[in-house]
Amino acid sequence: MVENRPFAQFMAYLTLVIGVIVVAFPVYLAIMASTFDAATIINGNMPLIPGDQAVENYTRTLFYGGKQAREPVMGMMINSMIMAMGIALGKILISILSAYAVVYFKFPFRKTAFWIIFITLMLPVEVRIYPTYKIVADLGLLDTYVGLIMPLIASATGTLLFRQFFMTIPDELLEASKIDGAGAFRFFKDTLLPLSMTTIAALFVIQFIYGWNQYLWPLLITTKSSMQTIVIGIKKMITTTDALTEWQIAMTTAVLAMVPPVLVVIFMQRLFVKGLVETEK
Amino acid sequence: MEKRAHFSGWTLPLLLILPQMAITVIFFYWPASQAIWQSFLREDAFGLSSEFVGFENYLGLFEQPEYYRAMVTTVIFSSLVAFFSMSCALLLATQADKNIRAGHAFKTLLIWPYAVAPAIAGVLWIFMFHPTLGTLARPIRAIGIDWNPMLNGTHAMILLVLSATWKHVSYNFLFFLAGLQAIPRSVIEAGAIDGAGPMRRFWTIVFPLLSPTTFFLLVVTVVYVFFETFGIIDAVTGGGPAGQTTTLVYKVYADGRLGGDLGGSAAQSVILMIIVIALTAIQFRYVERKVQY
Repeated sequence: MVENRPFAQFMAYLTLVIGVIVVAFPVYLAIMASTFDAATIINGNMPLIPGDQAVENYTRTLFYGGKQAREPVMGMMINSMIMAMGIALGKILISILSAYAVVYFKFPFRKTAFWIIFITLMLPVEVRIYPTYKIVADLGLLDTYVGLIMPLIASATGTLLFRQFFMTIPDELLEASKIDGAGAFRFFKDTLLPLSMTTIAALFVIQFIYGWNQYLWPLLITTKSSMQTIVIGIKKMITTTDALTEWQIAMTTAVLAMVPPVLVVIFMQRLFVKGLVETEK
Repeated sequence: MEKRAHFSGWTLPLLLILPQMAITVIFFYWPASQAIWQSFLREDAFGLSSEFVGFENYLGLFEQPEYYRAMVTTVIFSSLVAFFSMSCALLLATQADKNIRAGHAFKTLLIWPYAVAPAIAGVLWIFMFHPTLGTLARPIRAIGIDWNPMLNGTHAMILLVLSATWKHVSYNFLFFLAGLQAIPRSVIEAGAIDGAGPMRRFWTIVFPLLSPTTFFLLVVTVVYVFFETFGIIDAVTGGGPAGQTTTLVYKVYADGRLGGDLGGSAAQSVILMIIVIALTAIQFRYVERKVQY
């Protein structure tokens, strides 16, 4: 900063620390609640230090589930993991291929194809939810992983990101590869793919979080409880009659649901930011 | 922009582009066109027959007081979340920008709510503000406010705004911080030499330079409130009490699923599509013009 004023520095730290506390508090409470028994929480006098029921709550939640849902959360986490990985990997695969075609080939209708893909940027799945549901149902994909994953990868963010990245790669690389006798397949595998690794990883982080956190779509197309994802599962735990809500199980589930995506963001922070900033533009 | 060097032939590129095209056509264009087509049809109660009714579904919507109410709710909800999430984020970003080294540490501590699912964020906030057992609801009740988001529409809306803001601050913070760090220090130093104090420098130099970021975030935040908060609303209030927190997107879901009114629901979808396309178009035109890549 221009002035070196200790007071301004102090205020900056204070504001940020308050910000961090406000941001962390809801999660801290959930973690605390996951260590108490139902009675302590229902009384409304839950202490702000950990209780002694953590092991009991986590084993029960993971392997047996709550009284209402009766579905072990472990199964839901596996479903969420398959969905998130499917969306992330599926989107990377289809979009790197289509971006390669659009950037490195000249073929009829190239511009049209690009625009057809590009327009999908504008409409989230939420606005065409019933017709999409009907089509997935007609294709017999309800309660399947394919049905969970496919409609959510039908958008252009990935294609755009790879296209932007490919545009920054110097033409000389392709010319050199061609002189060395490399065909389209060799150039892709030996030159383009290794160069794209950071972009692929960044897109993976963003799409993994997007997939893990999906709500409306899995809510509509999964009817079997064995196909449920954890983000949907938790809602079923808290909507039944109040007195029956097992808050300790619900909060344990909330904590479990946050762990994978939050870890991904914290450990892959640099890539996450790169992916976010570039896909949004 | 065009590549000078490229491959020739057209079977291979068509094969490469085929998977994306197939998925886009089947899961995007087909349902989107169905939505438009359906918005002009009326189905009988059993879904056995349908007739073409033109714009009747749209006209019907505008005769419903509930539709106007959902519109008003959406506007209130979006403006509050946009205002709070952007101003908090800007405050935190300017403070984090003061000391780069601490800024990095605080960035890690502040960005992770982005990774929390909206529905989970909602669940965390209900737990804190649950009328009987919420840790933060008890002090509110103790000072004599009859806090109950399950029965009181205003309380329910406050809870939704808080949880949606909590979830979105990290995103806006990230972009504001990046925007601030892109402003050359020399510009700010020049302002200081000319005798401008910190506040004056912020409002006359920094804030105008941030305006493209601010505008971009405003659009993104509004789109976020429209669509991604569906999970928060469904988990926290279910659109209630008495429909007081039903937004436009929630109403599409509620009418189609509970009401079985597919034509009306489709008409609402089409109106939403038009709104989003308009928002995106404005964003692209503005960002393209203002931001130098």
